[in-house]
Amino acid sequence: MRTRALIRLAVILSVAGLTTAALAASADDFKAALAKAEAANKQAGALKNQWTTTKDALKAAKKAADGGKFDEAVAHANQAEALAKASIAQAEAEKTAWTAAVVR
Amino acid sequence: MLRKIFVAAVFVIGAAQPLLADNAVDPQADFKAFREYFTKRFPKVQLNDFVNGPYSMDEGLRKQWQQIEEFPPYEFAVEHGKEAFAKPFKNGKTLGDCFPNKGVGIRQNYPYFDTKSGEVITLELALNQCLEANGEKPLSYTSQDMAALTAYMAFTSRGKPFDIKIPNDPRALAAYRSGEEYFYTRRGQLNFSCASCHVQNPGGHIRTEVLAPALGILNAMPIYRSAWENMGTITRRFQTCNSQVRGVPLPGQDVLYRNVEYYLSYMGNGLPISGPGARP
Repeated sequence: MRTRALIRLAVILSVAGLTTAALAASADDFKAALAKAEAANKQAGALKNQWTTTKDALKAAKKAADGGKFDEAVAHANQAEALAKASIAQAEAEKTAWTAAVVR
Repeated sequence: MLRKIFVAAVFVIGAAQPLLADNAVDPQADFKAFREYFTKRFPKVQLNDFVNGPYSMDEGLRKQWQQIEEFPPYEFAVEHGKEAFAKPFKNGKTLGDCFPNKGVGIRQNYPYFDTKSGEVITLELALNQCLEANGEKPLSYTSQDMAALTAYMAFTSRGKPFDIKIPNDPRALAAYRSGEEYFYTRRGQLNFSCASCHVQNPGGHIRTEVLAPALGILNAMPIYRSAWENMGTITRRFQTCNSQVRGVPLPGQDVLYRNVEYYLSYMGNGLPISGPGARP
C-alpha cells in the first residue's frame, strides 16, 4: 500500500518536473529570441528610427541572461522585438504620412 | 469612342494634379506659408521677437529672461570661443583662415549647400573640417568647446538676418526636401515629430517647459540652458529632442540633422541672429 503511494507520488513529481522543464526557457531559447529582436532593431536602424525603449529592453534581456534568468531574458527579448517592429511600422507609415502635417 | 478617351484623360490628369503639387519642392512657397502660419496664429508677437523662442510666448518667462540677460550665462562661452578662434594651430594658421571675413559676422550664412560635395555644410561641420584640414583633432559636436566657437561666431553676427540660399540645383532641393521630411516625420515611442511641439503646440507646455515656435528657432543657437547648466550646440539640441520622444539620436552631423538644419534655417530667413541665447 505504502509502495503504491510512493510510486504514485514519483509519477506525479516526474510529470510535474517534465512540464516545468517544457515551460522554462533555455539559453538557446534566449539566443533565438535575441537574434529575432536584434534583427528587427537593425532594420529599424537602417530606417534611422530606433527607439530608446528597444535598446533598454535588449539590455535588460542580456542582463537577465547573464544572471541565468532565461524566462525573464526571453520575455525582455520578445518585448524588444515587438518594440522594434512597432518602430519599423512607424517609419514605414511616416514615409507618406508626414506630408499631411506640412504647413501649407 | 474619342469622347470616352477624352473624359478618361481629363480624369487621369485631374487626379494626378494634387500628387504633382504634393511632390513639387517649392521652398519659397513653403517659406511664405510657414511665416503666415505663425504670424496669424500669434498676431501680437512682433516678427523679430519669434527668435526669442519661449520668451515671445510667455510674459512671465520674458521678465525672468530680461533679468538673466543682465549677466548673460553664455558670456564665458563667447570669451572662450573668441580665444579658441584666434589660437594658432601647430601650422601657424587659425580657424579664422578657413572662413570668409576671418569668420566674423558670417554665422547668418550657415548652413549652405556646397555644390562641390553636393552636401549641406553647417557651421559645426565647417569648424571641424577646418580643424582636420589643418592637422588638428576635430571636436565633439556636443562639446562645450564646439558650443563656445559657435557662440562666438553667432555673437559677431547678432542682428544680421539669416540669409540661407537654396541654389537651383536638384541636389540642394533634395537636401531641403529631406530636411522638411525629417522635421514633419513622427518618431520615437512617443510618436512625436519636431512639428508636433514647435508648429502644432508652440506656447503650450510640456511639463514645466514652454514650447518655442519653430519660426526663428535656430536664430538663437547655440544656447545656454539652465536645465543643462551649460551650453548646447544645435547637434545637442536635436539629439536631446530625439531622446525626449524616446527615439535613439542620430550621430552628430548625420546628413539628416544637417538637412533639417538647412530647412529650418531657411524658414528663419530674414529674422535676426540672436545667438548665443539663454533658455530655461
